Amino acid sequence: MFESLAQRLQSVFSRLGRRTALTESDVDEALREIRTALLTADVHLSVVKKLTADIKARAVGEKVIESVRPDQQVAKIVYDELVRLLGGQPGTISPPNDGGIPIRWSASGPTVILMAGLQGSGKTTTCAKLARYLKSKGHRPLLVAADMQRPAAVEQLKVLGASLEIPVHWEESGRPPKICERAVAKATADGNDVVILDTAGRLHVDRELMDEVRDIAARTKPHEVLLVLDSMTGQDAVNSAKVFDESLPLTGVVLTKLDGDTRGGAALSVLSVTGKPVRFVGTGEKTEALEPFHPDRMASRILGMGDVVSLVERAQEAMKQEEVEKAAEKLFAGSFTMDDMLQQFEQVERMGPLKDWLGMIPGMAPALEGQEVDEKGIKRAKAVIQSMTAEERRKPDVLDAGRRRRIARGSGTSLDEVNRLIKGYKQMKLMMKQLRSDGGMMGKMADRRMRKMKEEQIREMRRQGVKLTEMDWAPEGEP
Amino acid sequence: MSFFQKLKQSLAKTTQVLAGRIKALVKGRKIDDALWEEVEEILLTSDVGPDATTELVASARLAAKNGEILSGDDLVPWLRSAVAARLRPDEADIRWNAGGTTVILIAGVNGSGKTTSIAKLCKFLRARNKTVIVAACDTFRAAAVDQLGIWAKRLDVGFVGGSNNADPAAVAFDAAESAASKGVDVLIVDTAGRLHTQKNLMDELSKITRVLGKRIPGAPHETLLVLDGTAGQNGLQQTRAFREHANVTGLIVSKLDGTAKGGVVLSIKDQLKLPVKFVGTGESADDFAPFYADAFSSALFGEDETR
Repeated sequence: MFESLAQRLQSVFSRLGRRTALTESDVDEALREIRTALLTADVHLSVVKKLTADIKARAVGEKVIESVRPDQQVAKIVYDELVRLLGGQPGTISPPNDGGIPIRWSASGPTVILMAGLQGSGKTTTCAKLARYLKSKGHRPLLVAADMQRPAAVEQLKVLGASLEIPVHWEESGRPPKICERAVAKATADGNDVVILDTAGRLHVDRELMDEVRDIAARTKPHEVLLVLDSMTGQDAVNSAKVFDESLPLTGVVLTKLDGDTRGGAALSVLSVTGKPVRFVGTGEKTEALEPFHPDRMASRILGMGDVVSLVERAQEAMKQEEVEKAAEKLFAGSFTMDDMLQQFEQVERMGPLKDWLGMIPGMAPALEGQEVDEKGIKRAKAVIQSMTAEERRKPDVLDAGRRRRIARGSGTSLDEVNRLIKGYKQMKLMMKQLRSDGGMMGKMADRRMRKMKEEQIREMRRQGVKLTEMDWAPEGEP
Repeated sequence: MSFFQKLKQSLAKTTQVLAGRIKALVKGRKIDDALWEEVEEILLTSDVGPDATTELVASARLAAKNGEILSGDDLVPWLRSAVAARLRPDEADIRWNAGGTTVILIAGVNGSGKTTSIAKLCKFLRARNKTVIVAACDTFRAAAVDQLGIWAKRLDVGFVGGSNNADPAAVAFDAAESAASKGVDVLIVDTAGRLHTQKNLMDELSKITRVLGKRIPGAPHETLLVLDGTAGQNGLQQTRAFREHANVTGLIVSKLDGTAKGGVVLSIKDQLKLPVKFVGTGESADDFAPFYADAFSSALFGEDETR
């Protein structure tokens, strides 16, 4: 469905043929594709127009750099402009999440964070996520249930607070501005250093409710007023954001539901209309799924270029370096058992849904569009190994037909699946054996070839504006 | 109040903006490239999307060439009927189960407005003297069951709820059992919000669908996807994924009382052939109405003053 902009541009320029400099007509043709891509990503038309004008100004007359294809060059310009618009520095890569908290703190007394937004944008969930995040950084948040509109909204926050062991201030009835005022006083008395106000969802055209939230802000003097925005919002995002920005002293935006396949162009629209930065993004149902915002990653996403950095980060979190090294060592030593294989599967599983992280690989997102990814495959493979005895896991050679049938029954899979797993395991071992038997020669070659491949990939990524040297994830011993 | 008046009222801001803009824009204008470009912009900012917009503008251009559109004044009526034609046929009624309880399954992404839409649907059905049971199968989100329970009490409909983290399919089955044995007219099944990219949750939805069919033949008779009216082009992917997993039969478009125009339904109807059945037009339980293509299109582009 979605074609990445890179692909669209590639087809434009392959039609146009090789040039030495980008002419106006080359650029115009490319701009049409850029425009469609941005609109499909729900970037607001006014922003699209401004962007395409900027891109044109930069691209026309630009010399085509030797060894870089013109489509890549244009893609890079588009990417840079997006990063710039999203508040980043083109050419640099945002650092891995290092624990810096993008919140303006109060100089004295508790920091008050007011969360506002349309109905269903994800305020209550985001409040809980933010509270959990701040608690994990050593703060003592107080959650405040100030949504007296939606039935059971107070109950929802109470349940979330209880599960996170974070106190919730709530009142049976009353007007939200008063409730919030009392909550801030309570936080001061109880020694909570952060107060998070969960307000009711409201339409920007609902004057009465907009007055109410303005009243809340007037009484609690929040240090942060964050607009919670559904990343799936279309062109209307600018209208609602503008009104919220005019009615409240907005300081930033939290973008929710980014774990879906939306491109999230609304982020760009809201930022360019309000000038308020995106602070956090919500990336899943669980309360841990909140991350600081990275402009470069968002730009890649809008353009359908994948998100290598997030992928690497996720892999780093999921895979423990020593475990990986140990497994590789065992493989080469020929002592790789079924248990080791099980461990590998578990590491892959820890990276989250397969489709999620496959989609982060550049160029993969369009290929995955509408494709089924068998999330259960790994689970089933694990079940097969888990149904083996300790002996069988150590010495799979003992697995005769009878044992295999038992394993298939025990794991709820089929004999075919069991056979396939064992075959895969044996092939892997065989390959390693061949590598070893070549007196280390093959091994060294394979090693060198892998390194070469890596170098090529790095060069390719550099072309796309990603500076790998600034990242610390290359395995040790790499040049 | 008729549906048309209601929709017109709730789309007032939209209509003011869009219809006002478009009329001021085209009045007495001669047909030229600048005009086409501006029409295109209006469609794009209504979330109609680049593909459907390109198509609409191309056919309008063709109509102009064939003499159907002579000046800017002809443009609004032409667009209105072209958009309405794309959204027809109307399927504003529910597919009733003639032989027993009609089961309506409600699905959608998080925060699209499922529970509120169900409350409105209950009220709509009660006003037509139908007996209703609602089943709270959103056992995932904290207090979702409570939220629906409160509505059920307010609207005087039966209620079957699961405890927190109960198996939603089991709750659905219990509800089907209860509805069938009591012989109620309609069972409405609420489900947890889920992003269409979460395969395990989409599988869970398929399972709920199957379980309902086991107790009541042919159930669910309607599977309605609640689509946030402010959704952009992602609405199309959402609908496609939900249709694959839950055999969606129609849409409820929620939150059309703001300034959003819900233009993505054009693409959904075009590409997926799914009708919009109802629209949610406000906060109260009354703000809900069957969808009619002509009325929707008229509300978007403004009424024909010459008529």
